Amino acid sequence: MNAPAIEVVHLGKRYQLGEREQYLALRDLLADAPSRLLGRIKHSDDESSRARAHTWALRGVDFTVAPGEVLGIIGNNGAGKSTLLKILSRITHPTEGRAVMRGRMGSLLEVGSGFHPELTGAENIRLNGAILGMSRSEVQARFDEIVAFSGLERFLDTPVKRYSTGMYMRLAFAVAAHLEPEILVVDEVLAVGDAEFQEKCIGRMSELSTGHGRTVLFVSHNLDAVKQLCPRSIWLENGQVRADGPTSEIVHRYLQQNVALTSAGSWTDLTAAHRFGTGEVRFDGVCFGAPDDPEGAPRSGGRLTVDVCLTARRHVKVSSLAVKLSIPHGPVLISADPVMDGDVPLEFAPGEHRVRVEIESVDLNAGSYTIGVSMARGGSGRAWSVFDAVDDAVQLDLGSPLGSRLVRGQAVVPCRSSLTSFTEPSPPTRRTDAPRRARAAAGRRPSPRTTR
Amino acid sequence: MTETTVDNYTPLITVNEPSSGKLLPDLTALARSREVLYFLTWRDVKVRYKQTAIGAAWAILQPLIAMVIFTVVFSHWASVPSEGLPYPIFTYCALVPWTFFSTALTLAAGSLLLNEKLVTKVYFPRLIIPLAAVCGTLVDMGLATIVLVVMMLFYGIAPTIGLVFVPLFVLVACAAAVGLGALLAALNVRFRDVRYIVPFLVQLWIFVTPVAYSSSLVPAKWRWAYALNPMVGVIEGFRWAFLGVPLSGGTVAISVVTAAAMLLVGLIVFRRMEDTFADEI
Repeated sequence: MNAPAIEVVHLGKRYQLGEREQYLALRDLLADAPSRLLGRIKHSDDESSRARAHTWALRGVDFTVAPGEVLGIIGNNGAGKSTLLKILSRITHPTEGRAVMRGRMGSLLEVGSGFHPELTGAENIRLNGAILGMSRSEVQARFDEIVAFSGLERFLDTPVKRYSTGMYMRLAFAVAAHLEPEILVVDEVLAVGDAEFQEKCIGRMSELSTGHGRTVLFVSHNLDAVKQLCPRSIWLENGQVRADGPTSEIVHRYLQQNVALTSAGSWTDLTAAHRFGTGEVRFDGVCFGAPDDPEGAPRSGGRLTVDVCLTARRHVKVSSLAVKLSIPHGPVLISADPVMDGDVPLEFAPGEHRVRVEIESVDLNAGSYTIGVSMARGGSGRAWSVFDAVDDAVQLDLGSPLGSRLVRGQAVVPCRSSLTSFTEPSPPTRRTDAPRRARAAAGRRPSPRTTR
Repeated sequence: MTETTVDNYTPLITVNEPSSGKLLPDLTALARSREVLYFLTWRDVKVRYKQTAIGAAWAILQPLIAMVIFTVVFSHWASVPSEGLPYPIFTYCALVPWTFFSTALTLAAGSLLLNEKLVTKVYFPRLIIPLAAVCGTLVDMGLATIVLVVMMLFYGIAPTIGLVFVPLFVLVACAAAVGLGALLAALNVRFRDVRYIVPFLVQLWIFVTPVAYSSSLVPAKWRWAYALNPMVGVIEGFRWAFLGVPLSGGTVAISVVTAAAMLLVGLIVFRRMEDTFADEI
């Protein structure tokens, strides 16, 4: 019987609320001295006020991880994932309970820790390696590998302050990826860097866990990456373990729950939203849904309906009513405007109305997007005038249809490939190839990224 | 058993509990992390003089310029006695350890805040951070000492056998700088007031330290109290070792004890506060 590599027993972490604790000046302490003394006498009062000023980031968390196991941790923002990792990596101490780690520990809560802009790439590799816990000889032994992984051979003698963000991240990842402790704790670090590099890193991590028998604890919002890497997952919610089990099952339950949280099928109030426009007609609320999906969850490639409630203050003609899907704080990817497309303006009498916009197939890959709505008048020679526009109306979390493959890019594009070889013909291979090509030609539309 | 490890590596067990309850920082963990200390020191030294026009010459210029000013003000104008020695070398010999101490103290006190990213994102014994600040300053002192030797050649002053004790005096200065530096660094995390206190403290401290004057000016009955300032013992020791100025054993003893006490108190306070650095910084 092996002792577990990680043993977490009734772990709890309490944080103080309020800003006083953060920048406490000596003055406050002195000013508080009399009340502190009184507080010590009136003990019960003090305790209750203290309880109110605290919040538990984690409470009563128990789990064990066997040596060589790869465990994923999922949960919404603020569920306690980062706090858990901070305790496991000894950056902070728990308020109660304990965490026991058996084996050499390495943690990666950030890439490029200790990187100094004035130092060169090569210098930063050595520095960062030491900070992450590698010995000088280890760094030396893997130096070439690290450089090759980063692909920055030509820039090793350049101070990293002259690097682009991408180069900086690649160098930082490269060092981190060559950390080989027995227990590796990794936070959301894969969220940064481009998709290609993410894939490289995930590859490296699965190599570490399967090939080298390392124990890995992996936190990510990228559920596909979690599914790919971790056979088992823990779902944290409000600082507690909500579920613990096989990843596919946990992720499924988590997604279902999350859909409800991100308001599929429920109305989001827009009356106080940040907006612009003349306001002659205004959006009051928005609600999206996926009527075709058995779970009601909007999915990549599925049908999406967006309902809006609006109030017109006078009689208006709306010649454009657009539903825009965009990357949060980023560019608009889809703008669906059936009113403008149909060239028949909607006429609203004063009062409340409801409009439904349907998108036949959301050809975007799984991920988080923002739904924005806008109404305007104009076109056919007249200047446009915006009645009302809310860019950040509601968040849309698009699920992946089936596959657990990592996706690249934002849009889904039907595509296929055909092979023409110019090497020495070898008849048997060609013959086995033939039926496959025939199938592809027979109308199937294989998409290389997403399986429907 | 992990088959992948080739050596007979016994798993290192780490337990993270609410509080370790220890009085002092874990010195074995500190020893295990000496690589990080080395690299952080190296980084501090390297970065300090990168993109400066004259680079490490600053380490020499700082005490040298102070020497020139002190010579003009205290020797030429105020006629402060210098134990029969040329005043420039008399004061420079004190400025070498003093510049080290004041710089090390200032850097150590601000070190945790400066390295906030490391404190909140990576684990290694926290004491390494102020320690690296002090170690980096040692390099500067080494450079400044070379100038001292050149000046001794210039003035034709022969060193005494006391030179073998110089490392001891450096150690005393280090103990005081680490102790007080760690204490201030820890307090700085919670009370940002420290940021304003430190420059003021260093400014005042030089007046109760025999840098510009000789400690023989201090009335004999107050010498013991004067020696409570560990830098008094260190500077007298330097003057004794390099320039042959008579040294009182009692002064050195008192200074050694205060420096040790500073180190101890600094480490205890640091240990008590370090658990919450990541939460409070």
